Amino acid sequence: MAGPTPYMALAFILFVIGATGLLTRRNALIMFMSVELMLNSVNLTFVAAGRAIGNFTGQVSVFFVLVVAAAEVVIGLAIIVAVFQKRNSASVDELSEMKG
Amino acid sequence: MTEIVLFGIFGTVAIAGALSVILARNPIYSALGLMSTMFSLAVFYIMHLGHFVAAIQIIVYTGAVMTLFLFVIMLIGVDRSEDTAEQLPNQRRIVVGLGLTIAITTVVLTVGQNFKWVTAPGSGPANWDANAEATNGTIQAIGRVLFGADGAERTAGWALPFEVVSLLLIVAAVGAIALAFFRPLRKVEINPTETD
Amino acid sequence: MDFLADYLWLIIALPLAGAVALHFGGKFLPEPLPGLVAVGAIGTAFLIAAAAFVPLATGEAEAHILMLWDWMPGIGAAFEIRWDQLSALMTLIVTGVGTLIHIYSIGYMHGDPRFSRFFTYLNLFAASMLTLVLANNYAMMFVGWELVGLCSYLLISFWFTRPSAAAAGKKAFVVNRIGDFAFIVGLMLVFTQFGSLSMSETVLSHPGEVLSPGTATAIAILFLIGAAGKSAQIPLYVWLPDAMEGPTPVSALIHAATMVTAGVYLIARNAAIFELSPVALPIVATVGAATALVAALIAVGQNDIKKVLAYSTVSQLGYMFLAVGSAGYVAGVFHLMTHAFFKALLFLGAGSVIHGMHEEQDMRKMGGLRTAMPITHATMLVATLAIAGIFPFAGFFSKDEILASVFANGGYYLVLWGVGLFTAFLTAYYMTRQYIMVFWGKPRWVEGLKPHESSLWMTVPLMVLAVLSAGAGFLNTPQLLTLEHYLEPVFEALHPAHLESELPRILGMDGLAFGLAIVSLGVAVIGIATAGFVYARSSERFRQWFANATRRPMNASENAFWVDKFYGKTIVLPGKKLAQGLASFDSFFVDGAVNGVAGVVQRIGMSLKPLQSGFVRSYGATFVAGVIGLVIFFLTRGGL
Repeated sequence: MAGPTPYMALAFILFVIGATGLLTRRNALIMFMSVELMLNSVNLTFVAAGRAIGNFTGQVSVFFVLVVAAAEVVIGLAIIVAVFQKRNSASVDELSEMKG
Repeated sequence: MTEIVLFGIFGTVAIAGALSVILARNPIYSALGLMSTMFSLAVFYIMHLGHFVAAIQIIVYTGAVMTLFLFVIMLIGVDRSEDTAEQLPNQRRIVVGLGLTIAITTVVLTVGQNFKWVTAPGSGPANWDANAEATNGTIQAIGRVLFGADGAERTAGWALPFEVVSLLLIVAAVGAIALAFFRPLRKVEINPTETD
Repeated sequence: MDFLADYLWLIIALPLAGAVALHFGGKFLPEPLPGLVAVGAIGTAFLIAAAAFVPLATGEAEAHILMLWDWMPGIGAAFEIRWDQLSALMTLIVTGVGTLIHIYSIGYMHGDPRFSRFFTYLNLFAASMLTLVLANNYAMMFVGWELVGLCSYLLISFWFTRPSAAAAGKKAFVVNRIGDFAFIVGLMLVFTQFGSLSMSETVLSHPGEVLSPGTATAIAILFLIGAAGKSAQIPLYVWLPDAMEGPTPVSALIHAATMVTAGVYLIARNAAIFELSPVALPIVATVGAATALVAALIAVGQNDIKKVLAYSTVSQLGYMFLAVGSAGYVAGVFHLMTHAFFKALLFLGAGSVIHGMHEEQDMRKMGGLRTAMPITHATMLVATLAIAGIFPFAGFFSKDEILASVFANGGYYLVLWGVGLFTAFLTAYYMTRQYIMVFWGKPRWVEGLKPHESSLWMTVPLMVLAVLSAGAGFLNTPQLLTLEHYLEPVFEALHPAHLESELPRILGMDGLAFGLAIVSLGVAVIGIATAGFVYARSSERFRQWFANATRRPMNASENAFWVDKFYGKTIVLPGKKLAQGLASFDSFFVDGAVNGVAGVVQRIGMSLKPLQSGFVRSYGATFVAGVIGLVIFFLTRGGL
């Protein structure tokens, strides 16, 4: 178990799963969870790469990604709630007024 | 050896959790799956001696963020299971195509092209275990790096980004409050008979 | 002298400053003030010019050049003032007559809502004209040349609410453009031959060493066309009669005294080039003679007081062309000067009449005005005698000298001399006709009209001009060639090889010169007598008979030989047809192409419209596809 490769592969798999969820699910909440999944997989690569290189930059990056993700979740969920109150639905497919 | 075992166990948990996020009908299960994935990642962080990161992974993600998600799920109704029938005609096919592209690319790159990590000095498999000791991410160590207290790490200068993201958090909080409080104005329907 | 020499640019700058000041501040000033500002500007310019002129005239100073600004060194275009005998004389005429007309305009434009704007234009015109005459560089001259055209346009259509005035301004501009086009082509030719546009390096420094006769002919003909546009010669004279739509002071200043002489000045200035060509000068002379004759014939039949003067101006300009075309440059410039005086006087007098008659311009509704407007009548009489060429008024000397210099060339020029002589007869005839129709006979006024003499603003310039018209001839009499000697430095280098002028000899021979003078004077007297008999002294029966007998020629003359109609049919109408054809080409092919492209784009857009589904997840899929594509690109390039 020497080297970051297994962690990178795992992160890759998680990322693809997250992207798939983002593109296939219609529930805005699930889509957000998929985004969180993708962010987390990237965090994992940061930490593994940080260890491989041998400094703290990876872990510090995780810290910042985490903060940004938290902020994003706060706003995103607030929007979902607002939309739900207006339309009584959390499906993003119903939010398609901007079609060409 | 311990690392391999732990990686096997928690890697499986993480993937299972991730799959349950995108496959579960009920958002509650999705949330729980995501939580287990995050927890597994926290374990990996500890294996990399990222103690502080692991701690906030548990506290912020599995604690705060997932709790928020659950709140919202409760708020908008647990029983609303999503209609799985795809409404966008080609979306599934597109996603499958994209996934295939990724897979083929990965295979071609790793197998066909004899993939290797581009390594920086001091990195690489040989230093893997030694580096874990060097990057012992205690709170103290992270704090020093973050605020540039150590001479060696001072140049990194993460203090300003730190302040900026704190500002971002405040803005996000204010934004959430604004979204919650300021409802769009309802159109007042004027009844002609009343005005007369 | 030396002190003033460095400040010659003020002559141009002062009217220009006046124009700028009036443009921005004029509307805040009560009525006479803008006029006074303008008069002050051009009057000061006149004083400077006069002060700088004195040493030049006495011979204390030589001609010199004042470099102002190296505009475009690559093509030798620069702003440089040439102060020599010719440009000094032109400057004095422009500023002197200009000042008088400015003063006159204060009275004439009284009560006009755009009073200050009028003086803005007048000052701008003065500055432009001075730029033209003071230029030592063709580029600077061209700037002035175009600016006077612009001012002419602005002033002709000054009362632009009248459709006829707007159309006349447009016509003047377009017709001038033809000449300007030829002029600028000529300038390009000059530049290709000499590599410079500075006059002191081109035309005024042995052009014969550079130009072949053929090239000289080409340049000369192009310059002639340019001059014909500005100076209203055949075939480009048609704009000038229409230009009478402008206020009368404008007609006096621009379309009689100054701007229209620019063509004569151009030819005189570039005489060295014209001399190099074997045919240019005869062509100039022929054009001049033809114009003089045709315009005079038309003037005979006109009933509008200003139209008579307009055609008379065209005719007199033809005279000047005839003069310079006969290598009689001094005679041409001399006539230019005297004509500036008496034609300005005639126009201002006509303006005074029109003013007194409450905007009536038809001479058939005038008559008997000599008692109502004594000052105007007296000054107009002087001007009429001057233009008719009666001794000792100015026109006699200048016209006599022109005819003498034409005669001196002999050969073909004798025909032109005959034409000139006949034109002199016609000039005397139609001017007397006008004078009698306006001032004598019984009043034929519109009911209830009370003509009045004009204010002092208008009559004082009239009187000054009358004195000049009467006395200016003595500047250059056959016995006392003051102007000839004065202008000698400018024209001394010109010794036409092919056109051996015997003028000095002939002028020296008192007998022949005297004889020629008697002939031209006699012709003028006959013209006056004929007109006087026909319009004043004859019996009613004779007048009836005369009117019947001359109905058809008079009708042709009154309609200006239908030249305008002819141009309309042969040039304007085909031009319009061509323009319509091009317009349909434009609307069919060009617009079609544009619309076609737009249609294609629209159809592409319509076919791409479904992509904009409004579904976030579709966008997400596209986005992910893009990311994958980019990653693959970078990985295969080995960049990651």
